[in-house]
Amino acid sequence: MTNAVEQESIKVIVFQLADKEYAIPVSHVQGIEKLMHITRVPKTAKFVKGVINLRGVVTPIVDLRERFELPISEHEETTRIIIISLEDMEVGFVVDSANDVLDIPANSIEPQPEVVGSLEEEFISGVAKIDKRLLILLHLEKVLNPLK
Amino acid sequence: MEVNQYLEMFIEESKDHLQACSEHLLELEKNPDDLAIVGEIFRSAHTLKGMSATMGFEDLADLTHKMENVLDAIRNEKIHVTPEILDVVFESVDHLEEMVMDIANGGDGKRDVSSTVAQLKRIELGEYAIPEVVATTETPVTAVASVLEYDSFEQTVITQSAEQGFNAFEISVRLREDCLLKAARVFMVFEILEKVGDVIKSNPSVEKLEDEQFDQQFYIAFVTKESAEDIQKKIMKVSEVEEVTVASIETTVTAVASVLEYDSFEETVIAQSAEQGFNAFEISVRLREDCLLKAARVFMVFEILEKDGDVIKSNPSVDKLEDEQFDQQFYVAFVTKESAEDMQKKIMKVSEVEEVIVATLEQKQFSEKEQAIQEVTATATIEPEAKPVTTPANNIPAPKPAKAEAPAKADKSHAPVGNKTIRVNIERLDILMNLFEELVIDRGRLQSIATEVNHGELNETVERMSRVMGDLQTIILTMRMVPVETVFNRFPKMIRQLSRDLNKKINLEIIGAETELDRTVIDEIGDPLVHLIRNSVDHGIENPTARLAKGKPEEGTVVLRAYHSGNYVFIEIEDDGAGINREKVLAKAISKGIVTQEQSYSMSDKQINELILASGFSTADVISDVSGRGVGLDVVKTTIESLGGNISIESTQDVGSIFSIQLPLTLSIISVMLVEIEKEIYAIPLSSIIETSIIRSSEIMNAHNQKVIDFRGKVVPLVFLEEIFEVPRKEPQVDEFHSVVIVRKGEKLAGLVVDSFIGQQEIVLKSLGNYLTNIFAISGATILGNGKVALIVDCNALIK
Repeated sequence: MTNAVEQESIKVIVFQLADKEYAIPVSHVQGIEKLMHITRVPKTAKFVKGVINLRGVVTPIVDLRERFELPISEHEETTRIIIISLEDMEVGFVVDSANDVLDIPANSIEPQPEVVGSLEEEFISGVAKIDKRLLILLHLEKVLNPLK
Repeated sequence: MEVNQYLEMFIEESKDHLQACSEHLLELEKNPDDLAIVGEIFRSAHTLKGMSATMGFEDLADLTHKMENVLDAIRNEKIHVTPEILDVVFESVDHLEEMVMDIANGGDGKRDVSSTVAQLKRIELGEYAIPEVVATTETPVTAVASVLEYDSFEQTVITQSAEQGFNAFEISVRLREDCLLKAARVFMVFEILEKVGDVIKSNPSVEKLEDEQFDQQFYIAFVTKESAEDIQKKIMKVSEVEEVTVASIETTVTAVASVLEYDSFEETVIAQSAEQGFNAFEISVRLREDCLLKAARVFMVFEILEKDGDVIKSNPSVDKLEDEQFDQQFYVAFVTKESAEDMQKKIMKVSEVEEVIVATLEQKQFSEKEQAIQEVTATATIEPEAKPVTTPANNIPAPKPAKAEAPAKADKSHAPVGNKTIRVNIERLDILMNLFEELVIDRGRLQSIATEVNHGELNETVERMSRVMGDLQTIILTMRMVPVETVFNRFPKMIRQLSRDLNKKINLEIIGAETELDRTVIDEIGDPLVHLIRNSVDHGIENPTARLAKGKPEEGTVVLRAYHSGNYVFIEIEDDGAGINREKVLAKAISKGIVTQEQSYSMSDKQINELILASGFSTADVISDVSGRGVGLDVVKTTIESLGGNISIESTQDVGSIFSIQLPLTLSIISVMLVEIEKEIYAIPLSSIIETSIIRSSEIMNAHNQKVIDFRGKVVPLVFLEEIFEVPRKEPQVDEFHSVVIVRKGEKLAGLVVDSFIGQQEIVLKSLGNYLTNIFAISGATILGNGKVALIVDCNALIK
């Protein structure tokens, strides 16, 4: 248990959606891709933008803005697709930008304040404050859950 | 651990060996007297034992060892094959399979097999309890039965050459299983032999050997002045020869079978004493049954012997003899200057000794009918575990000799085992496929660049590359093809078990086991087939008395048939059983609410038959262990349909039923028609398409809210893909002409309306992953030449 200190922090990918910063544990992130052609898949939930060809693997794409019912914005130069792998699923999240990899000390993670009140509330597993930045930790199972 | 890297190989090969065991056991059951089959099983078991011991799976090795002992006893004709014995051996194989499965699943392969082990032991001992041999069980004597029969002329030749100082040998040569040029090896063996002597006879005949009409082993009768060892060594020099056994043919009858085995040291001692003028004898002493002080008598015998020479070995060992751990008989190897007669007389002086036989040990002798055979066995220790990783084993199974197990093929002359194969993990093939697709995408880009640049040499190069890639694609796809045999080969054993459980007599015929299917289909098709076969055996085949009453043969027949037809593979399960009882099925379906009374009047026989595939259906009056829980056949149907296949049933009451499964040749590549709607491209499988056509708006008619067209005299409903797929369109399309793809599902047709046809193409089928499931009317996706994903239309979902 000599590395107890190390164990108490988690490495996360930080990305931007609207004006907030979110974090996903790096262990679930397969890669970050630039925006590419998305083939629309009919009769799926609105936030499912379609599928992409990720090096030969057909990968579904979820627009997190629409998933969290945030205002829709045009895709820009900074727009990224974060490829997530959870259990046996691989899904890409469209985000405004992916800017950072951070170590979050476990003791800086707090349960989410209940006042948030937006729809995204149910997708949040906690918040972390680092140098005045507020990072929202996503609960990936719940983000992907309703479609299972 | 270093062992781990071999684990996968070990598991695969163990499975192969167990499969071979099962197959041969079934064959043995049919021909209990064919000791060659026992030999095959023994070899498989032996290899398995060696492998599992090397890998440290002791339980596995131990059970195999026990089984091997029984097999060895059968092989040496100490035990006769009976169904009971086979049952126990089958049980052991089952246990072994479980153990291997356990290891494959990350377990340690431990399993409680004590009862089976006890039974094996009992079989082994039960027949071994004959006093003379009981002590020798630990070191089974590898006696080789003479396989050559000599006519009087050949016998004369042998006798005469013996008189002229020639030795007559019977040589058994086994080639390695993966030997490619068997005829060439035979030729080399003969060449060697003919330099030093004369071949009198061979089995199979020389002609057959030259035509490779033999498995791995052949036998030669041979006279020479050379010694057995020398000949053996010379033949072993021929490459790909696995084992050579040289046994001398003696025309005189010898009374004593050699029960002692000598290691190299002891052999040297004997040889050296012979050089120094000593005689080596093998002495068999039998004490009287009522002998009271056996150890004392043994002591006296040894005392006599040690005065006149040296005891080299005894069986049982001296310790055991002193502990009286023997019945009446024991054997001693002995070197002395005395004559055999003298020794015999001296030992006979010991009281309570009933019989003493002194045999010369120049050649170790085995009595075998009229011939005594001396043998020097040298087995090239080429066990699979010692082979390099690229073992030519069959993952993509090449035609194995085991195929001849299909009862349809009566002829035992196997197809040549010439195909060299390597094992490749299916994942690697998938990776190869993915990489290849990347290449396809780049090719697409290159092609469009070439068109833009319009450079002659570039165009030519791209053209050439495209052609080579086409060939490459074919090869990659065929690499994934596997014969259905890999699924079928578990059924004979299953049928055997079922027929015992249900007390029915069933004969399983397998036809077309070599038919190839894509690996992904193979993996999925096993369970549905198990279900259907169980169903046929349980519900189809009647019990023997009922069959006799119907005037049918007592033994029911289940035929499992596979064949190619067009782009499909058909698998049929046919039984000559009771067939489907139309009334019973209807009544049941109505009572279960699957169909209404009214519907039932208009149903065809075929439709009624297929009701048994509906969920919640079971007509068996008694729910048996085997099938009939009311789940199952509907699962079979769903599985097969999810594979893009179809199942249909033909049945005649009291005559039998045929369940016919139609499957696509491969799941990974299909021919499609690419169509465009607005900017989106969709792929429609060619297998569903009847034809394409252009229609005028005026040809579209309305029938209740449904737009239809008259297509060759048939009213065909139109499906506007644009609406179904909710394609966003900036401005509504106003066009006089419509492109329509006529598709079918069974006998029903529909016309899919699209914007335009792009063309026909072979595409690689991809799944949409585990996140997007059950999307309406989309069966999968593919990647186009431009790197974009196109969706594949599921026509079955579009036709009600």
